[in-house]
Amino acid sequence: MSEAIRADVRADVSAPGGGATRGDGTGAGSGSDDGRPVAKAILDAVLEGNSVVVTVLAIFSAVVVGGLLIAFTDPPVLHAWGQLFSNPGNAFVQAWDAASGAYSAMFESAIINPHAVAAAFHGGSVTAVFNPLSETAVNATPLILAGLSVALAFRAGLFNIGAAGQFIGGAMIAGWIGFAVNLPVVIHVVVAVIGGFVGGAIVGWFVGFLKARTGAHEVIVTIMLNYVMEFLILYLLGLTVFRQKGRPDPISPPVAGNATLPHLFGSVLRVNAGFLVALAAAAAVWWLLERTTIGFQLRTVGSNSKAARSAGMSPESTWIVVMLIAGGLAGLAGSAVVQGTDFVLTPQIYGTYGFDAITVALLGRAKPGGTVLASLLFGALHAGGIGMQAQTQIPVDIVTVLQSLIVLFVAAPPLMREVFRLRSTRAAGQLEARGWSG
Amino acid sequence: MSIQTAVLTARRSITVERRHVLAGLLVFLGLIDALVFGYLASKGDAVFTFTLTGAKVNVPNLVLAPGPVDEGLGALSVLLGIVYATFDLARVPRRLIAATCLVGFVVSFLVWSDAGRIPLPFVSLLATTMSSSIPLMLGALAGCLCERSGVINVAIEGQLLLGAFGAAVVASAFGNLWLGLITGALCGGLIALLLGAFAIRYRVDQIVLGIVLNVFASGLTGYLYDAALVPYENRLNSPQTFNPIKIPLLGDIPILGPVLFDSTVFLYITYIVIALVQVGLFSTRWGLRVRAVGEHPEAADTVGINVLATRWRNVILGGLVAGIGGAYLTIGSVGSFGKDMSSGQGFIALAAMIFGRWTPLGAVGAALLFGFTTAVANVLGTLGAPIPSDILLMLPYVATIVAVAGLVGRGRPPKADGQPYVKA
Repeated sequence: MSEAIRADVRADVSAPGGGATRGDGTGAGSGSDDGRPVAKAILDAVLEGNSVVVTVLAIFSAVVVGGLLIAFTDPPVLHAWGQLFSNPGNAFVQAWDAASGAYSAMFESAIINPHAVAAAFHGGSVTAVFNPLSETAVNATPLILAGLSVALAFRAGLFNIGAAGQFIGGAMIAGWIGFAVNLPVVIHVVVAVIGGFVGGAIVGWFVGFLKARTGAHEVIVTIMLNYVMEFLILYLLGLTVFRQKGRPDPISPPVAGNATLPHLFGSVLRVNAGFLVALAAAAAVWWLLERTTIGFQLRTVGSNSKAARSAGMSPESTWIVVMLIAGGLAGLAGSAVVQGTDFVLTPQIYGTYGFDAITVALLGRAKPGGTVLASLLFGALHAGGIGMQAQTQIPVDIVTVLQSLIVLFVAAPPLMREVFRLRSTRAAGQLEARGWSG
Repeated sequence: MSIQTAVLTARRSITVERRHVLAGLLVFLGLIDALVFGYLASKGDAVFTFTLTGAKVNVPNLVLAPGPVDEGLGALSVLLGIVYATFDLARVPRRLIAATCLVGFVVSFLVWSDAGRIPLPFVSLLATTMSSSIPLMLGALAGCLCERSGVINVAIEGQLLLGAFGAAVVASAFGNLWLGLITGALCGGLIALLLGAFAIRYRVDQIVLGIVLNVFASGLTGYLYDAALVPYENRLNSPQTFNPIKIPLLGDIPILGPVLFDSTVFLYITYIVIALVQVGLFSTRWGLRVRAVGEHPEAADTVGINVLATRWRNVILGGLVAGIGGAYLTIGSVGSFGKDMSSGQGFIALAAMIFGRWTPLGAVGAALLFGFTTAVANVLGTLGAPIPSDILLMLPYVATIVAVAGLVGRGRPPKADGQPYVKA
């Protein structure tokens, strides 16, 4: 068996959206060079548990565990379990109903709602059909940007836990430009977005600078900076410059209409130009990583900084540049939120984006395309979770549980192989563990 | 000079450059004491009270005039800074000087903030420091236990949170606080079990893992809070809290008594854990083995120490300790559980452990320092002091950044910290 082909198929399957269709002239599905059917090669890839298979299995496992959690905390289901011996079937039916009801409500709020489609055919609103997808994109936008920040740093061997702090830096400057400065129509929104990038970049640069100059571990510095930035925004929102007039609580004035990111499909759907910024940023990060000298240095430093140094590269200056760009990307996420959905600065504006970004980057295996896909998945989970809570009263926090379980399972391919009895093979895309000194 | 003495002297003294940087810092603090705090203080004296109502011994209030006190302390600080820069001092005098300047800075800061305002209740400030540092101290000790054996524990936050949750629910449901305390510890141990399974068995990157476990704990407790604790609040989320126990005789000592010996059982447990971890790690065979596993697992394995078992044991122990810290958050202080109520204290504990250079006593000292900063920020907020509390609350984090950047003595993590062990 040719190892090359097996690797080839594995590469194909792991490419986002690549699937089994190969354009290399052998013809899809007819067979490969040594006569081995492609189907067999794919089957091998599945049995060996490559990265896509592991990801799918991880999502599946997380959904199952989450479903069990829902089934065992729902009051009617618990009541049914109490009558297990008098009416054994009922308990299982109720449990299944609770879990499947939750997930289908999630699906309806994140992808497409059949009722809205049916209503549209009977003269209802057509935009309502696309509302779930719009919400998914809106939720995915800051995740993509912050996730790219973490992913880019990852590729350079740095662990950016500071997306939250950089997000705040970006949101602060973008927001301030938005509400305190007067500029003409198109220019205002562009300047504010750039301001968001700069705000995050300053925070990120500081981390890279400290690491390059003193060797301070970026994990510790970024965690600490997150809190520094949280208190900084709290402090600033207490000042008259940042405080909305007549409001006792810490909240900024709303950003000017000129500075808001325009909606893409009319005023009803919330999806806005921030989504395009995010996709463009993903393309730019891909280009940076794969097609530029900086990207090559970055990846070299990431895989082996000693070797990079021997080859004449400077890991220190790479760290500074990477953290600057990574911080800027997280800052863009802040700008997307303050200019696209929230329109005001609040002390809690950073939400859970910092840690969500890490989960997204891990699930996307630190690749731009993967990060976009992972963000869309988690964006859909968030959008769906909110709809699910409204419909079924199941708390939206189940989404956080799903999210962490997916990443936990993805991070441990050996676990997935054990659970699903897959053949063991070389570690498929497992993160290499490092320490504080790494 | 033999190599050994050369090494010893090299360890004792520091480079001239660093000595000058540190001396500059001390002089700078002195100048702030004298020029900022001394001159800019409001009119009127600062009054510190040392007696709580109902105390047996009455300690007179301390009345300090901001001008002379701050300028005096400032001058002292500048003088000591110059001494520090000029002479190549040994370690102990160096530390004494640094500590004096730091204490002087804190005192002159407090005098400045309190000048012309209502008296500052100094004893209750210290007592608050002690109690609010309990989760920080226990979390930092949990970190020490894990990391000394070579497993990075970023999941302290999650251990605190799940511990707080479990303690509140069980204490409320069974009406038994001790049962709640034990459950809290076990819940911390549960997160530790996951940490151990994924870090030791599946060799996942431990920093990633810690972060994900924190998210998991936040999601799980948040979900269960909304699903069960809100609808059944009376039954599941209204625990009682531990009452303070005043230790006879010791509790009556003026100033020290109310601070150290008149608190809930959690503070006394913390004392015991501090002693056990410090003595255990540095004066017992177990501790030597743990440190060997954390520094050089291959060597430890060669002499017959079971590396993986040692790590498992320490990770679980750490989880139990952090879980107790979590239990304090509910049944030791406010009672009922709230969403994400650990609010970053696990990360402060992590910072304290790093600030304390991976040693139990250092970690506890740093945790107390951080707790003190928070307590001061809260007290000054109520006094209407001239400095915003948000800026004060930043200090622990800034201090940690300064520490890891190596400005004030850099710590060194255990050599094999974070590296999974694969038996060759």
